[in-house]
Amino acid sequence: MFYRETGQFKTSYAAEAAVFPILQDRIGIAIVLAGAFFVVPLTFSDFWISAVLIPILVYSLAAIGLNVLTGYAGQVSLGSGGFMGVGAYACYKLTTIFPGVNIIVLIVASGFAAAAFGALFGLPSLRIKGFYLAVATLAAQFFLSWCFVRVPWLYNYNVSGAIEVPTRTILGVAVTGPNATPTTRYLVVLAVVVAMTWAASNVVRGRIGRMWMAVRDMDIAAELIGIRLFRTKLLAFAVSSFYCGVAGAMMVFLWFGAAEADSFNIDLSFRILFMVIIGGLGSLIGAFFGAALISGLPIVLRSVPDAFGVPIRAATVEHIQFMVVGALIIFFLAVEPAGLARLWQIGKQKLRVWPFPY
Amino acid sequence: MRVTHIVLGLALTAASGMATAQAEDSIYIPLLTYRTGPFAGSGIPLANGLHDYLTMLNERDGGVGGVKLNVEECETGYDTKKGVECYEAVKGKGPVIMSPWSTGITLQLIPKASVDKIPILSLGYGLSASAVGDDFPWIFNPPATYWDGLSMIFKYIGGKVGGLDKLRGKTIGYIFFEGGYGREPIPLLEQFAKDYGFQVKMYPVAVQDMQNQSAQWLSVRRDRPDWMLMWGWGAMNPTAVKEAVRISFPMDHFIGIWYSGSEDDLRPSGRDARGYLALNINRIGANFPAIQDIVKYVVDKGLSQAPKEKVGENYYNRGVYNSVLTAEAIRNAQRITGKKVVTGEDVRRGLETLNMTEARWKELGLPEFANALTGVTCTDHNGHESAYMQQWDGAKWTVASDWISPMKERVRPMLEAAAKDYVSKDPAWPKRTEPCDKSS
Repeated sequence: MFYRETGQFKTSYAAEAAVFPILQDRIGIAIVLAGAFFVVPLTFSDFWISAVLIPILVYSLAAIGLNVLTGYAGQVSLGSGGFMGVGAYACYKLTTIFPGVNIIVLIVASGFAAAAFGALFGLPSLRIKGFYLAVATLAAQFFLSWCFVRVPWLYNYNVSGAIEVPTRTILGVAVTGPNATPTTRYLVVLAVVVAMTWAASNVVRGRIGRMWMAVRDMDIAAELIGIRLFRTKLLAFAVSSFYCGVAGAMMVFLWFGAAEADSFNIDLSFRILFMVIIGGLGSLIGAFFGAALISGLPIVLRSVPDAFGVPIRAATVEHIQFMVVGALIIFFLAVEPAGLARLWQIGKQKLRVWPFPY
Repeated sequence: MRVTHIVLGLALTAASGMATAQAEDSIYIPLLTYRTGPFAGSGIPLANGLHDYLTMLNERDGGVGGVKLNVEECETGYDTKKGVECYEAVKGKGPVIMSPWSTGITLQLIPKASVDKIPILSLGYGLSASAVGDDFPWIFNPPATYWDGLSMIFKYIGGKVGGLDKLRGKTIGYIFFEGGYGREPIPLLEQFAKDYGFQVKMYPVAVQDMQNQSAQWLSVRRDRPDWMLMWGWGAMNPTAVKEAVRISFPMDHFIGIWYSGSEDDLRPSGRDARGYLALNINRIGANFPAIQDIVKYVVDKGLSQAPKEKVGENYYNRGVYNSVLTAEAIRNAQRITGKKVVTGEDVRRGLETLNMTEARWKELGLPEFANALTGVTCTDHNGHESAYMQQWDGAKWTVASDWISPMKERVRPMLEAAAKDYVSKDPAWPKRTEPCDKSS
């Protein structure tokens, strides 16, 4: 009833091609953005901002990155954790070499380092496909993890092998390091994620995105209609790794505050892959849903017994949380194998015809 | 959007619940423990010891100085990410002290401690350089650093082979957990190798390979080191001991640090592991009045998660050790400030004035439980106290040496250089402004 586009006429091509063609969607996204930018910093506690929202946003960006590669271009990758690490270490090296440069510029710049590595490790994709490609990207993951441990130059010969984030300020406000408030870090992460999501939504809807989808659906057919596979696949790897790299740099600089090589192990790659699969392949909003489910839900669940004053031991909560999250994943995938994004779409469709379903 | 709403709703309820959970007339001590995951084998007895001593104080004495201790566990799974999450979750409730029980988590918390005014007590682990109180006023790592531990091991080896100069041309193997923890002692080990002319062979064990060390031990068999040293934790320890037995490595030439020597690490190998050595900073056993009080007031009342027969085991007592220092620091803080309910800032002063003499240990009902810890001052946040060597006899630990003092004269300058190096990497590292209290 409320969610119906009857009477909304499109009078130009631009209106027809808009990201949100329906007025209600535009209002919805404006409310969400206003909430994220204004309500959250003013009302949420530091714990919720730093332990729930920042991780969800960082993971969402990484999931968007992998979604570009796996969901849009159809190339399975298990190297996203490694590419995130490349971004993080690149940002660390850059900021220690150029301490005066604006940290946000460096975070975005470190994405290019990850993009270069991504394109390099994407080369095998020209000859191998599917599971075989997954195994090839696994090699990238292990090689990069190995580098983070065995190349002491990357962590400035630190005895402990960890990278520690120095304090960096923008206009006198600490953005990274221990003095940065969670709210500042949150706003920076949010701004980067929103900007990059907007960019991604335009890329995947445009010429490049269509090329990726053509390759995903059938690469021989794509080649026949004149798409150059070499460029298209490598571009997908580069863009995907760019997103992962920025997410990795933000993970260390705006969330952890310090990191060891172990932070970027194969588990992280799998987590990102699960987020993409559960959120929905080939959907940007799915990346946010997947990240919220896999990263945010466990933390929220952990504090539920505490909030209601139920005396449960910390270890028991941990076990219950594993079981609940596992069950939820199976439940969502059983209800809708195409992921949460598809559920969201079905929900919207139902709303449009409500209250007279046909 | 629906998911967002649910998250929002939960967030608000949880946030409001947290605010009410705070009590005014108690001292809040969060315990970062791990009873799950691959490190639970080491973490469970530790968590029990930590929890039970503080609970015993509550039950027997009504807390410390008449103020109840509000003890709460947060599960980290030895995972750095979850550890930081725990820290963020409890930060708002006014914790007076934190013990991360993981070098990885400690490294993350070090820069946060001075900002949030929460002292960090890392008992014989963490960043060795944080022993320098001038640079790290909020971090404490008594009673000895890993570098002290390594020097003690070398003193012991020196005593066995008739002088450290006899090590020339020998090979020493070092098997370690490939993380911040295992890498800590490497600079000193390499320095010793240079000074005494032996060769070091490194055998890193990655966290995912902890239970599969056949590759490392195959190399050990090939390299035939004269001594093996181990910096292991969790599931890595029993596996390493088992593998050493399998390749018939002489067990009395295999030495672990104080975190590689629990009963549970050795029991799977049993009699075959006879002779294995490990440093220790606390005595083992339940025959101390205070530990008997734990049994009486906590375990028998069903307030503990520890089975009675596990009380008094090595890591249980290690947890007790940590909690004793916590309680003493609070007691000192109450004395210095005259306040009953102390804050993190007060407890930091209490830690700097720690003075655990033999008489004090006795008063606490723990005679000769640990070496006197009197060396902690404003400049020295460690103390560089002694440890002793214990040996596995096939079923239990036996004391194999006197208290061995570390080579402080060698370790301290290296620590100060490392601290300077750490601080110089961050130009915004805060200068120490905290005043120094006189020790009683």
